[in-house]
Amino acid sequence: MYRSISVQQADFSSAEELDNLRNRARGGAVCLFSGIVREHFQDNAVTGLILEHYPGMTEKSIDSIVDQAAERWELSGIRVVHRVGQLAPGEQIVLVCCVSEHRREAFAACQFVMDLLKTDAVFWKKEHTASSERWIESSSQDHSAAGRWRTADDVKSDVS
Amino acid sequence: MRQPVIEVLFFASLREALGCDRISIETDTAITLDQLHAELKRRFPAERYRTLLDNNIRVAVNQELTTGVVRLNPGCEVAFLPPVTGG
Repeated sequence: MYRSISVQQADFSSAEELDNLRNRARGGAVCLFSGIVREHFQDNAVTGLILEHYPGMTEKSIDSIVDQAAERWELSGIRVVHRVGQLAPGEQIVLVCCVSEHRREAFAACQFVMDLLKTDAVFWKKEHTASSERWIESSSQDHSAAGRWRTADDVKSDVS
Repeated sequence: MRQPVIEVLFFASLREALGCDRISIETDTAITLDQLHAELKRRFPAERYRTLLDNNIRVAVNQELTTGVVRLNPGCEVAFLPPVTGG
């Protein structure tokens, strides 16, 4: 399986990422998710986000998520791009693209990787509005979304 | 040769609360996490140090999350991680 992970400040082109991945991974189904910085938090206009990471450990945490996706589904390629640094509303923040023979695997793997990025990837996100700033934590919905994927065996070994 | 120091990193909200992103602890011998905490408690004002005790804070040694008792060897990198979120 082809895999590629980038943690970068620079913006990316979804179209180029898609073409690159399709040149390296064959399959009848490609699912691409792109996350965009939202313009509002509750009723407040968001003026920007800052994404912090731990160079080395952040990449390893994404690598582990990709490993888990590759174990679960028959995939021929996965590409993850995650941006760090200062981001404005409307900017791209993350891209996940999965290639498989059939759509079911590509859809599921894409959702799985995104769900685990929310809870397991080593990033910290600070949101600025005109009047305040706050560190965002993964929500209980994020945790239940990621939790849905955990099998009974995973849960057993996860008790700590 | 291993450096006789343990590098301690603080990220995100912890970096802000402590007012620094890293400190070096000089030691020729391995220490426990409790001993590291004692040293950090000595170095930071009490109300700042307290932020490291939050139940949600996780500790990584050489970029691996730790569970239970760990030995911190000279030359290792210890990181205090507040709750993460990506995507």
